[in-house]
Amino acid sequence: MADQEEEQDNTGDQNHKPQDLPQVLVLKPPPVLSVIGEESFLSNKYQFLKAWESPLPLHQFLTAHAGSIQAILCSGAAPVTDDLLQLLPSVRLVVTASAGTNHIDLEACHRRGISVTNAGNVFSDDGADAAVGLLIDVLRKITASDRYVRQGLWVNEGDYPLGSKLRGKRVGIVGLGGIGLEIAKRLEALGCNVLYTSRKKKTFLSYPFYSDVCQLAAHSDALIICCALTDQTRHMIDKDVFSALGKEGVIVNVGRGAIVDEKEMVRCLVHGEIAGAGLDVFENEPDVPKELFELDNVVLSPHRAVFTPESFMALCELVVGNLEAFFSNKPLLSRVMDV
Amino acid sequence: MGVSNTDSDKTQEEEQQDLPKVVLLRPPPAFSLIGEESFASNKFQFLKTYDSQLPLDQFLSTHSHSIKAILSSAGAPVNADILQLLPEVGLVVTTSAGLNHVDIPECRRRGIKIANAGHVYSDDVADLAVGLLIDVLRKVSASDRYVRQGLWADKGNYPHGSKLGGKRTGIVGLGNIGYEVAKRLEAFGCVVSYNSRKKKPYVSYPFYHNVCELAANCDALIICCGLSDETRHMINKPVLSALGKEGFIVNIGRGDIIDEKEMVSCLMRGEIAGAGLDVFENEPNVRKEFFAMDNVVLSPHRAVFTPESLKDLSQLVVGNLEAFLSNKPLLSEYVDNE
Repeated sequence: MADQEEEQDNTGDQNHKPQDLPQVLVLKPPPVLSVIGEESFLSNKYQFLKAWESPLPLHQFLTAHAGSIQAILCSGAAPVTDDLLQLLPSVRLVVTASAGTNHIDLEACHRRGISVTNAGNVFSDDGADAAVGLLIDVLRKITASDRYVRQGLWVNEGDYPLGSKLRGKRVGIVGLGGIGLEIAKRLEALGCNVLYTSRKKKTFLSYPFYSDVCQLAAHSDALIICCALTDQTRHMIDKDVFSALGKEGVIVNVGRGAIVDEKEMVRCLVHGEIAGAGLDVFENEPDVPKELFELDNVVLSPHRAVFTPESFMALCELVVGNLEAFFSNKPLLSRVMDV
Repeated sequence: MGVSNTDSDKTQEEEQQDLPKVVLLRPPPAFSLIGEESFASNKFQFLKTYDSQLPLDQFLSTHSHSIKAILSSAGAPVNADILQLLPEVGLVVTTSAGLNHVDIPECRRRGIKIANAGHVYSDDVADLAVGLLIDVLRKVSASDRYVRQGLWADKGNYPHGSKLGGKRTGIVGLGNIGYEVAKRLEAFGCVVSYNSRKKKPYVSYPFYHNVCELAANCDALIICCGLSDETRHMINKPVLSALGKEGFIVNIGRGDIIDEKEMVSCLMRGEIAGAGLDVFENEPNVRKEFFAMDNVVLSPHRAVFTPESLKDLSQLVVGNLEAFLSNKPLLSEYVDNE
């Protein structure tokens, strides 16, 4: 028997039956797949089943393959809903190529005994660098003064207005997860005072904790939003929070656009009710409210806080690692624990 | 002789006239940025050559007996000619950290003390250096431009930037500012090494004897040194070559430290990857070639421009002048370590 198997292996791919490999459903290619290329995701433990390559209507496609689909690789553009899971009774794992899990019905997964893994901490450094970069930019007006120079105004109009010192600023972190912790570390090196709010107080940290985001805003010179988007956090940054943050306050968002009441934020910025914003995410990407284009005190980033080639490679390794671990009955690398 | 016959009856004006004078050859930027009132004192009076119709040397000669100090800023050099006309001067105070516009040997020869901006700017300059590095590596300003032009909706994603963590950063000039930059870069996961006039005994960062070698071993150079005869055009073709196609440069020192023409050339040919510049050879005239570059961040020499630093500066300037006039030790005396 063993000899026969070995012979089969030695005669190359044509005898290797692809359909024997467990299938991982991919409804739409996650950004990392498109950027890095599918070859980096290949494994002898599983095979991708690419829904977008099939001429069949999705429902039919899923029904046809339901028996062999044991895992789903998803991302923001391809949500995992309870309805989808209903069609795929053999699924035991959902892997998302993102830190966020708001596009996954976590409760349904939990109910069905399906494990979920996300991007773990692969994005934490880059996300933190981007968040702090945006904060420095807004406070010190880097992009705005670059614009000024390029328009020839340094010669004609003289010095660009003053920025604001970082040292001593009270910076309130909203969501002290992987990215939030890395942000805090960097802020400390810049001499900022770190405060935070999170679902739960972190007992191992000495930063002042506020259970209410409005209270945090009232005690902060700047807020950095780096939490997940959930039902609780949707539009959490609202009129009251902006009011508490105040005219001299600045906001940076590297979480999700919908965490902020964008319409209200735009109104506050236009009327000078807050001092500025650094935004990597928006409610309706890639559409950015046009009013922001007129403002000099806003820095706009096209949802790329975590996008560096290095993070993408690390994410690829993590996705493959999780899938291979799952199909080898080994512990998952970056399991999402809470629902 | 007026009507009054006791000192206490002197008019305010007369009292002002008796105060030692501090001469200014040009208005320091800080005067217009935070207001001259921040520099006022009842121990001295400012004498502004630029408010007078008299030719400079005549003005100085006329007032030389009462001018005890010079408040200087870049753009109005304090040289032998000026000092010759002011034999009573015992102190030159500058509003800058840099002293390349002051003839230091001449001051020494005349026993004139020098006080600069000390460390009031170090945080802000270091923060800007880090901000410029993040911007150029992660393409912050370039992608803001992209979004504002409506291209995110039309053309999709802007090219990715490059991770900071793990980057080998070379600090050129590990003085106070350079050291503050180094500390910050460590928090971002960068690997720090440096070149300086002398190796610093209490610092564990790897030291390179020459800047070319530093460049060859770094992904980014941060220029934090002062401008001197030794550092003028120190960042030249060989250094930029050593830095290489994937290399970045940030300059918060002085424009002349870099051979700017060569740097522009390298940028245009893709021989270095990008630059973040707060200083230029011929400010405020920035070379037009930069305007066409997406991989360069241009800052109009404002690394120190926060109200907080400028307020600290004003207190330091006044403090130095008052200390000098009371025969007390200066707050931020410049002492040449060589």
